[in-house]
Parts: sequence; C-alpha cells; structure tokens
Amino acid sequence: MNQQGRPTRPTGGNVISTQNGHGMAEPLIFEQGQEERCGVDIPPIPEFRERLGGLRREGKIGLPGLSEPQVIRHYTRLSQKNFSIDGNFYPLGSCTMKHNPRLNEKLARLPGLADLHPLQPVSTVQGALELIDLLAHWLKTLTGMPAVAMPQAAGAHGEFCGMAAIKAALVARGETRTRVLAPESAHGTNPATAAALGFVVETLPANAEGRVDLDVFKAKLGPDVAAIMLTNPNTCGLFERDMIEIAEAVHAVGAYFYCDGANFNAIVGRVRPADLGVDAMHINLHKTFSTPHGGGGPGAGPVVLTEELARFAPLPYVVRDDKGFRLVEHAKDAKESIGRLKGFHGQMGMFVRALAYMLSHGTDGLWQVSGDAVLNANYILASLKDVMTASYAGPCMHEALFDDRFLKDTGVTTLDFAKALLDEGFHPMTMYFPLVVHGAMLIEPTETESRETLDGFIAVMRGLAEQAQSGNVELFHEAPRLTPLRRLDETLAARRPVLKWTKGQPK
Amino acid sequence: MRYLPLTDADRRLMLERIGVNSVDDLFVDVPASARLPGPLPTLPKHLAEFEVERIIGGLAAKNLSAGACPSFLGAGAYRHHVPASVDQLLLRGEFLTSYTPYQPEVSQGTLQSLFEFQTQVALLTGMEVANASMYDGATACAEAVMMANRITRRGKALVSGGLHPHYREVIQTMADSTGFAVQALPPNFRTFGLGNRIMVEHNGIEFDSLNAALRGSGNKLWQNETGYRKSCWTKINRELKKTGTSTHSGFTFHLNLKIEEIAENIDKETACVVVQNPDFFGRLHDFTALAEICQSNGTLLVVVVTEVVSLGLIKPPGAMGADIVVAEGQGIGNALGFGGPHVGLFACKEKYVRQMPGRLCGQTVDADGRRGYVLTLSTREQHIRREKATSNICTNSGLCALAFTIHLSLLGEEGLTRLAELNHAMASTFADMIAQVPGCRVLNESFFNEFTVELPFSAAALVDKMTKVPILAGVPVSRLYPDNPELENLILVAVTELNQIQEMETFVQLLKV
Repeated sequence: MNQQGRPTRPTGGNVISTQNGHGMAEPLIFEQGQEERCGVDIPPIPEFRERLGGLRREGKIGLPGLSEPQVIRHYTRLSQKNFSIDGNFYPLGSCTMKHNPRLNEKLARLPGLADLHPLQPVSTVQGALELIDLLAHWLKTLTGMPAVAMPQAAGAHGEFCGMAAIKAALVARGETRTRVLAPESAHGTNPATAAALGFVVETLPANAEGRVDLDVFKAKLGPDVAAIMLTNPNTCGLFERDMIEIAEAVHAVGAYFYCDGANFNAIVGRVRPADLGVDAMHINLHKTFSTPHGGGGPGAGPVVLTEELARFAPLPYVVRDDKGFRLVEHAKDAKESIGRLKGFHGQMGMFVRALAYMLSHGTDGLWQVSGDAVLNANYILASLKDVMTASYAGPCMHEALFDDRFLKDTGVTTLDFAKALLDEGFHPMTMYFPLVVHGAMLIEPTETESRETLDGFIAVMRGLAEQAQSGNVELFHEAPRLTPLRRLDETLAARRPVLKWTKGQPK
Repeated sequence: MRYLPLTDADRRLMLERIGVNSVDDLFVDVPASARLPGPLPTLPKHLAEFEVERIIGGLAAKNLSAGACPSFLGAGAYRHHVPASVDQLLLRGEFLTSYTPYQPEVSQGTLQSLFEFQTQVALLTGMEVANASMYDGATACAEAVMMANRITRRGKALVSGGLHPHYREVIQTMADSTGFAVQALPPNFRTFGLGNRIMVEHNGIEFDSLNAALRGSGNKLWQNETGYRKSCWTKINRELKKTGTSTHSGFTFHLNLKIEEIAENIDKETACVVVQNPDFFGRLHDFTALAEICQSNGTLLVVVVTEVVSLGLIKPPGAMGADIVVAEGQGIGNALGFGGPHVGLFACKEKYVRQMPGRLCGQTVDADGRRGYVLTLSTREQHIRREKATSNICTNSGLCALAFTIHLSLLGEEGLTRLAELNHAMASTFADMIAQVPGCRVLNESFFNEFTVELPFSAAALVDKMTKVPILAGVPVSRLYPDNPELENLILVAVTELNQIQEMETFVQLLKV
C-alpha cells in the first residue's frame, strides 16, 4: 500500500477486451489481414510483352493485406513490448549497451550516402570511399595498428577474417599448425570461429584472479600452436595484466595473437592494442562506436591487422592514388588476399554512424568515454560488493562480475534474480556468462549512464539482495509479474518447434 | 560532451566511494608501457553536432546519389521505393536500441516481428522453415553450402556459372579457409535458355508449341549434348510436319546446356549444387528437373535469389524442389546503402532445421498460458555449443529484417504481386526499346527486371559516357568478371518501379549516338 492507501501493485481483474490493458496482446500480422486491403498504391501497369518463360507463380503467396494505419499500429504496439536503451538502464554485460546518438541516424540517411549503389562508377562515390578511408584512419590510430580490414558484417565475422588471415600467413610460411588456445571465459564465437577454420581449440583455465593462468598457458604453448584468441579486457571485466608477456611468448613460438575487441570500450583512446603485442583484433562498431543494436543487428566488425597480416586482408579495400580513391575488388590485384567475405564493400550504414560518433567525441571525448565507462563499472562494484559476491577483487574495467554465492541456500537463482529486476523496470545483467564462475551476473553500465541512474539501480540491487537473503523467495519465483508476458516456456519451444504461422493455427 | 552525463562532481564522489584518487588508478592492471599519457594528439578534438554534420554532409555531397539521376543498376542490389512508414517505425527507440532478445519477457516486439519475418520468408520462398536472418545474401549462400556439407557429409559444392560472382567468391573464401572443394562452372552467358525447356526460334519468333511437346519428356533429355540435340531435332521435325513447315531454314536452336552441364558434373562427392534465379545475367530457370537429379544423387539443391521482389511474380524455389533457399532481402524495405547493411534470407526444408545456422524464433506459451515467442533451438549456436556450433554467426541483421517485414506487411499479397508485375512490365518495355537500337542485342529470352545487353562497344565505355549526363547506365559485366574479353561488351541493365519511360528514352537516344 502507498501513502494514500491504494495498492502499489495491480491486483488484476476482468476486462472486456482481450488486450490485457496496456499489456496489449497483439495478434500476428497474418491474423489481421484481409486480401483486398493494401498499404501501398501501385500505379497502373502498362501493356507489355511477358518474358517470364512460363515461370509465372501459380497460386497465392499467402501474404495478408493491411492498410498503412494498421501496419503502423501493429508495429508500434509490438515496439511497446520491447525494452530498450532509450527506455531505461540496460546493463547487459559484454554487450556495451550505450546511448545511440540520433545524429548518427540522421547522417546515415543522407541520400548521398544511403542512396548509393555499390556498383556505381568509383568516380561517382569518391565521398563514400573517402569516408571509409577516414574511418579506417581513426580505427588504425586508436589501435596503433598499421592496417584495417573493413568489410566484415559483425564481430564473429571479423573473428573469421582475422583468424583466416592468420591461417593464410601460416600457409604462406609453409607451416601447418593445428591448435588454437582460448580462455574458458571467451565468447562462444571464439571457439566456433577457430573450429570452423579447422583448428583444434584448447581451453585455457582462469586462475584465481579471473585471468589467464600463465603457467598453464606456457605449458600449452608449442610449435603446433597457431594462435591464441584472447579477449582483453576479458569477459570477467578484468584487464589481462600479463598480456604483453603472453604476446611475447606467443610470438616466440611463431604463433599469432588474436584479440577479441568486443570490450574495446573499456580502453578506447587510452590504450592501443598495438602496444600490447596484438596481431589482429576485431572491433564491434555496434558496441564501442555506438551503432544501434537494432534488436540483434546489423553490426559491423572491422579488423585491425599488423603489416605482416595485412597482405592477407579480404577484398575489397579502398586505396588512394593520384586520381583519387578506388576499390581493389579482385583477387588478381591482391594475390595473397583471403578473398571476399561478403557481398559488396561492407556495412556502409554502420561506418557513417561510427564515424559520426568518433568525430562527435574527438580524441578528448574518447579518453573520457573509456574513463567514465570504467568509473561507472567500479562504482557499481564498490556499491554492491558488500551485499552481493563480487567474483574478483577490483578494480574492474568496463563491467563488474558477481556470482551467486550470495544467493546460496536462499532458494533464489541468478535467473530468478534477473527476472525480479525486470519487475523493477531495469534490464537484467548478463546471466550465466562467463562460464568461469557459478551463476554469473555480469553488469556493464557504459559511460552514458548518469550517477542518478546508477544510484537507482544500486538501490534496487541492494534491496533485492536483502529480499533474497531474508527469505522472500516468492518475490523471485513469481517474477516477472509486471512484464507484457511472464516466464516463457523455452523447453516447449525447443521440443516442438513452431517456427512460423500457419493458417488455422490456434492463437 | 553531449553524450556523457557524469559531471566532475559526480566523478569525485564516485572515486571517493570506490576508494581511489583518480580514474587513472582504475587502470592499474594495464601495463604502464601501454598506458597513453593523455588523449592521442594526432586525432581531432570533439565537435558540435553541426560541425559533424558539416564534415559528413560534405563527404555525402561528393557522391552522385542514385536517386539524383536515372539509375539502371542492379547486379544484386536494387533500388526500390521504401514507404515512409518503414523508416518511421525503424526509428522507434524500442526497436532501434534494443539488444538481441535474450530476455523474452521484455522483447516480445522484436521476437514477434522475427516470427512474422520467418513466416513471410517461408511463404515467399515456398519453403517450410526460415531463420531470423543472416548478414546478407552472399554470406547466407556460403552458410547454405556449409550446411549442405554437414547434412550430406560430403565436401564439394558445384556452383553454377549463373551465380552472382560475389556469392561465388564468398563460397570460395569459406572453402579455402575451412577446407571444402568448390567446382565453379564458367559464366555460361551465351546459352540464354530456360531451364529444361528448349528454345527454338523461327525467324525470331519463339516456337512455343515445341516446348509443350517437350514437357514431360523427363530427365532423359540431358544425357549428353549429342543425344540431347538429336532428340530435340526429332521433336522439331515432328513439329514441323504438324505445322506444315517443310524447311529448317530460319530456325535458331538455343540449346540450354545449363542444366545438362550442371547435371554432368554432379558426382558422389557433390554436397550441393548452387544455382540462382533469376541468375546473374537475369535469366529465369525452372530447376525442377535439376532438383530431381540432385535428389537421386543425395545432393542438395541450393537456390539463390538476389532480387527478392522477383518472388512476387516468379515460381518460388520451394515449388521447384529446392532444399535450401537463400536470398538477398535488401530489395524489400532496405536502402541500397552502398552495399550494406543488407539482410540475408535463409530457408530450408523442415527436416534440416537442426543444421541451420543463425537465430531461430519459435512460438511458445508463458507462465500464464499466453502465446509468446522466444529464441529457440539455440543448442545449434555458438554461445551454447562453442566449437561444435553449426556456425560462428552471432549477430543477425535484425533491424534490416524488421524493415523487410514492415515493408512486406504494407505490400501484402496484392501490393507485392503488382509491384513485381510493374517491375517486369517496365523492364520488358525497356528491353523492347533497346532491341530496336542497331548493334545492340538483348541476350535474354527471359528475365524479371534485369537483363543483359550485348553492345557493339565496351560496356565500361558506355557507362563512363552516360555518367557524364548523368545517368547510371547499368553494371558492366566486366566490373565483376574482369579481364574476360568475351564479356567486355555486356552490360546488366535493371529497371524497377522507380524508373520512368522518359529516362529509358533518353538512355536509348544516347545508346544510338
């Protein structure tokens, strides 16, 4: 009850509609359409000679027909069921959910950038090529690396690019190396990428301080090791202190150092990966450089490379000569290139956004970005470590890792805790990752959150920890109660997959 | 700095609680030799919003945007109209600034729209299941090949010469890096036939009744070239008798070697055959017979579509017996964007679903029994399976997939079929106009909205000339197949609903000069 004596939580009740108040049950687009409706107007079709070679589609496709207002309402209502950075704090660890500036969106939509065909004559796209070149210059300068491959569409795509370049370099040296080392705290994409390239992945255990165990690492090193794939700062939110020593050891056996740059936000503008001995590193433009996550993409994953690996960079790439900018698009002009990794030239729309972000911050702003990101994470760590169990002593970098020891014997799990956080209006932290601690809770605030927001979050986390410890198990087991839907049955979804709507399917 | 809320007072207070003197103290774990003393002096300092606009706007102004002049460019990226409401909805922060829907209770917007996307893709391609999207058509294609390798436990992809060269090159890169074989057939641009139909022209007019006669002759037609020609001539003679024509003169015989050539190259190691419809040169094919041959050999048929709008008018790959269909979805809902981000569509037969790459959204119920959606079958994926995953892909092309879904919802059945029809009508009209120009030859017997023209001079030279007008005249085949003298004079010309008759007239006038 609040001070006015009214209940503070909805008590539920019967309503006439099926809409669940503003929880809004929204039918599928296929359940709303009528064939004679259409949301676009198409001009009359002129007389023509059909040249479909007898391959005209027979029968209906089965698409529903809706007018524009219906489509707008449908997707507006769907959007309202989403949690977003715009809406509230989204401390999802290892995902860098920072503010997405709207200037980026405006500039990415300029017709001179958005309405360009990738195969226009290069004389008509000099500004676009210059933009790619300028972004490349920023990425190279910020990392201290001499080269960057731009086309990759996402972080994992970048990993593939970097590791394929490493494989090509080994082949060029006439060597066959079979093993790739990756810490157990690595993102799943690291082992998946290495395995796709035919390497045997060996896991490096973490030491008591959440970092690569140097002794185990050195014992595993040998002439058959192709590379180490290391995330730094790592997914425990810690800087790998021994990184330079690791790099030297890797290079001493003739192997390469691949750095997963997913967490570059912690060090951008303050530490150059080149100074740590990195040979290749991808950068998620959708993390560090604020391009929107868009509900799961699109991303962009440029890869910075050493001079040695640059020879193997994928196609195409931009070069500048006395006539201006041009694209090297064909294997005949880049004999050692690993080849093409995607259609056309790269994620131009993401390039524009990332460059707008970099120019907005400048070198002084980026220094502040990494400083504030690390400060915010340490503030959370310092404010919660007495009521929750921090996995490792600080300072942390851009994210703070807790485990579920503080929930021991409470009957509350990490999942329950996360769901309770939903009822408090926050997006949960990353759960059960990294795998190195039990019941992981990985909190990444980013630099775009105010102290007031962090204080609000901290108060809620402290409150929930107290509730769990004081035995209010119901609060957690019934959570979430205030979301459009409550816990969804993932087992059912996987056991009997329903992956599309079919006519007559029960609602 | 407008994106950073912390004040110096905040920072001091926060440092105090943490118990350190400065932010630098939080970076103690970074080796001192790698810590920069201050902001990099070689990069510029922060700028006001209008200053950034000035710089990037200046770069944009140096480009000739495709909308600022007549454009006939295609070859895998198509300039279609995107309704204003698509972008308005995309800009809703709830869609734009949300993450992968790992917390389904607060991600039903993204999840339900992905479920709708999967349904739309399955309907369009005529397939049983579709995933929640891939990076683009070319990467989806390479993933399809690798999926076929897993399913068949074989290691060779047979790639048609009609496949978009970028797609072929991405497959080749994956093959070189991950260790499977690719047999790529040459760009067989001279045989502009139609699937398993035989094209016979009499004085320039298609002899269509013959095709009817040949239909139903089954798989035996492509045993070998001699046998093929022989059996065709027997049938032609029969037709000639029927129509009372007694002479062979004036007949042009277009032998479609495409399917025969592909079929001849299938062996016990062939995991999949990759074909495209309409193909890179714009030709349409019926792959039904090829699908049968593939099936009898335990080989999967992968059909690629680079112009997704064509599926509004053309028989879908699923109806031809495709096992996996991949497509570039850019043409619906997404800008050209200089080539990215685009959106890859990926659909297959249901029995292969557990070998699919990428995210899948599935229907389920919540704790109160209400219908809802979750990401599902994730035991295929890297975050669960790590080195045993079906693919290393993590990110999909979420927002581009949403744009596709919204635009297709606006179009609906009627809108899409009429849009596709208009595209074909405009292209057909343009082909007729070009065919009147002396020395120019439209090579396609069939096409959707893009076709190949053989010019009496270099296609690149024509493009240069037209650019000065400015008109973006088309894609010279040599841009994608360099150093092939046979292809120097070929240009790919695409027409969409955004082209106008006057533009085509100007084009043809310039072509004549």
